[in-house]
Amino acid sequence: MDNKLLEIKNLKTSFRIKDDYYAAVDDVTLTVNKNEVLAIVGESGSGKSALAFSIMRLHNRAKIEGEVLFKENNIVELSPSKMNKLRGNDMAMIFQDPLTALNPLMTIEDQIGEALFLHNKKMSPKERRNKVIDLLNQVGIPRPDYTCDQFPHELSGGMRQRVMIAIAISNNPELLIADEPTTALDVTIQAQILDLIRDLKENMNAGIVLITHDLGVVAEMADRVAVMYAGEIVEIADVHTLFENPRHPYTRSLLNSVPSDGHEGKLHVIQGIVPSLKHLPRQGCRFSARMPWMDESVHEENPVLHEIAPGHHVRCTCHEHFYFPKESKEVQNDGIS
Amino acid sequence: MWKFIVRRLLIALPQILLLSVLVFLMAQMMPGDALSGLIDPNIDPAAIEAQRERLGLNDPWHIQYVDWITGVVTEGDLGRSFRYKMDVTEIIGQRLTNTFWLSLVTLIFTYLIAIPLGITSGRYNDTFRDQMITGYTYVGFATPLFIFALVALWILGFQFGWFPTGGSVSPGLTPGTFEYFLSRLHHLILPALSMALITTVNTVQYLRSEIIDTKQKDFIITARAKGASESRVYNRHILRNSLLPIAAFFGFEITGLIGGTIFVETIYSYPGMGQLFVESINLRDYSVVTAVVLLLGIASILGALLSDIILSLVDPRIRIK
Repeated sequence: MDNKLLEIKNLKTSFRIKDDYYAAVDDVTLTVNKNEVLAIVGESGSGKSALAFSIMRLHNRAKIEGEVLFKENNIVELSPSKMNKLRGNDMAMIFQDPLTALNPLMTIEDQIGEALFLHNKKMSPKERRNKVIDLLNQVGIPRPDYTCDQFPHELSGGMRQRVMIAIAISNNPELLIADEPTTALDVTIQAQILDLIRDLKENMNAGIVLITHDLGVVAEMADRVAVMYAGEIVEIADVHTLFENPRHPYTRSLLNSVPSDGHEGKLHVIQGIVPSLKHLPRQGCRFSARMPWMDESVHEENPVLHEIAPGHHVRCTCHEHFYFPKESKEVQNDGIS
Repeated sequence: MWKFIVRRLLIALPQILLLSVLVFLMAQMMPGDALSGLIDPNIDPAAIEAQRERLGLNDPWHIQYVDWITGVVTEGDLGRSFRYKMDVTEIIGQRLTNTFWLSLVTLIFTYLIAIPLGITSGRYNDTFRDQMITGYTYVGFATPLFIFALVALWILGFQFGWFPTGGSVSPGLTPGTFEYFLSRLHHLILPALSMALITTVNTVQYLRSEIIDTKQKDFIITARAKGASESRVYNRHILRNSLLPIAAFFGFEITGLIGGTIFVETIYSYPGMGQLFVESINLRDYSVVTAVVLLLGIASILGALLSDIILSLVDPRIRIK
């Protein structure tokens, strides 16, 4: 049985700056299976959100090349009206900042109801209201019939994110993309929202793409992990392999930068910064600039993903020679999860 | 909701009271009084002084104010115009209707022009269409209303003869007939249009920048992610959120209109409050000036009140529970 839900092939998303196009997502190939959580991690500016927006085709002015296969459709080439039928119905998205993601002038009922209405015009207003109350119940809002008539400004951040989740799951999507769903929330609320997403995953049978820069969240939620750097995927593995046997220098540096209980002394800092879109190196190993102590000859000329174990892909050959500079020794990672 | 409106009304009352005190004091400061101009100079000054005493003109200002405001509130007594030899209330009564219609038609023209232009300009920003519209708003900002009104009068009124060049209705028509109504409308169009073409540019600019701003809000992405079509996103989400400041601006629009009518009515010799105001100042007809200032002030306060009420109706965040 074919277990693939979403198949991304050589996706390239470019934005125009002045007269040239610059790729924020470059040659990404990825699959999401049914009923799994795929986490995409990376620093700010690594292209994770741009990737998520490309899957939903929510970019306003971007050039998207490659293929995104979902339910026998290539999303890249789909007409706007067909795309509207998929969005919010078969594929849905939860956004980063619940404080701004809801329309301030519409009641909660109207906002969730709109998602229902757009994909099922036959539903009567009464049925719709009942369904909205039902959804609010599912996402754990205490007085759903009362909250229905409230406006977003009357709800807290956590509650608003629950409403966003209710909107996303209203039509039982097969693919749910969560773009840093907990970044804007405080820690206790984060845990509640993650619990909620995990519960929903079990009930819904949906594939989830979870975008985050929080490795703790990855360890807790994900089945597989893709690490992105500078628009490229540098390593893909299942979550255990990635935490126990990270290969790519960037993944190892990231894991080494996480504070853990037993760790003493200075925290590891990855040298340099993520290059801006305009200054991305377009050739060779994109991470090489951030490990200047290494010999240039260890990199491939045109780095590709190598399958070093079943399901474990790493870009570039430099990982075979990588070592941390002397002053920061590698921490044995055992703690997260 | 009702609580909010009542509260807002209660705030407006002291504002109007304060306005009336200021207007009264300004009238007091003007040189002369009812007995210095209207009376035969050959009368014995002692008799005049006795009259002053009898009429209460020697009382302290606050007692005079209470007398005056009681008269205004209970009998609508705003004094007598020495020029027309009529009660001010009566003169203003006719003029007020004319100005009301002029303002209303101007307002309708303003929004009829502003909303489509603002929407087009905001939705297709930085395209050729948008540049044309913004170009018009710059010209509108730069052109003084009285110059534009004069040019419009000269070209459309005198050269082409499409519109009457003065008055509010053609003579010889009976009020109430359809011809009478048409003639009034015909007299209104040119002044209203020339005022609207200039005052509308603010609204166009406001709406344009609001739409451009709202387009980039996160909840617009949410709407698209729900599967809403582009036209639904514009009509349901962007437009409604962008119209809020326009609603807030509505009250000021009325205030601005009052200033505008003063110019336009004078240029088109349209018998309204603005024209009356300018004439009365030139002829030192103080009781009329005081009454007009008071009424225009009240109109501004009511405009702001209206804005707040409209805003509270459309924006749930303003409502007080």
